[in-house]
Amino acid sequence: MTERLAELLQAAFPGDELAVEDRTGSGDHFQVTVASARFEGLSLVEQHRLVYDALAAPLADGTIHELRIKTMGAQ
Amino acid sequence: MTGLNQQIKQIIETEDVALFMKGTPQFVMCGNSHRALEALRRAGAPVTAVDVLPDPQIREELSALSGWPTIPQVFVRGELVGGADIVEELEASGELEQTLKTKLGDEYRGGEERVVAVP
Repeated sequence: MTERLAELLQAAFPGDELAVEDRTGSGDHFQVTVASARFEGLSLVEQHRLVYDALAAPLADGTIHELRIKTMGAQ
Repeated sequence: MTGLNQQIKQIIETEDVALFMKGTPQFVMCGNSHRALEALRRAGAPVTAVDVLPDPQIREELSALSGWPTIPQVFVRGELVGGADIVEELEASGELEQTLKTKLGDEYRGGEERVVAVP
C-alpha cells in the first residue's frame, strides 16, 4: 500500500521529493511528506488539498484510515 | 438542501471556533481529533465541538460543504483552518493564536468549551 500511495504522489508531483511512511505497519495509517515548488504561495489548506486530490482514490475507498500530511516548499 | 446540511452550515458560519471531530472533548474517539482539540486548547480557543460519529451523513454533508475529505475539521468564523496536521503546525508557529486574535479579537481566550449535537 505504501508503494501505491508513493506512485499516486509521484504522478501528481513529478520530480518532487516525497516520502510515505506506514506509521503502524498495518497498511492503513500513513504519514506522507511532500516538498514541492507547487506549494509556494499557497496556504496550508490549499497545499493539503493538492495532496488529498492526489490520494482521492485510496481515501474514498477506505484503504487510508488515517493520513498525516506534511508539506513544504522545494528543498 | 437538507436540514442537516443547513444545520452544519449554520454551525460553521456562526460559531467562533467549530471543531468537527470523532467523539466529544470528554470522550475523544480518534487520535487526530485529539491532536486538533489539544492544539486548540493550547491556543486557548473557545471550541464548539460537533461529534460526527452518531450519523455517517454528518460527515458526508460536512465534506461536501468544505471540500475536505477527512476528520477533524476546524473552522474559525466560517473559514476552514484545516485538519489536525495544519492546526498543530499553526499552533506551534504561533499563527493559530494570531488568526484567533485577528478573527475574534484580542480577548478571545476564556470562552467555554461547548458540544453541539447534530442533527
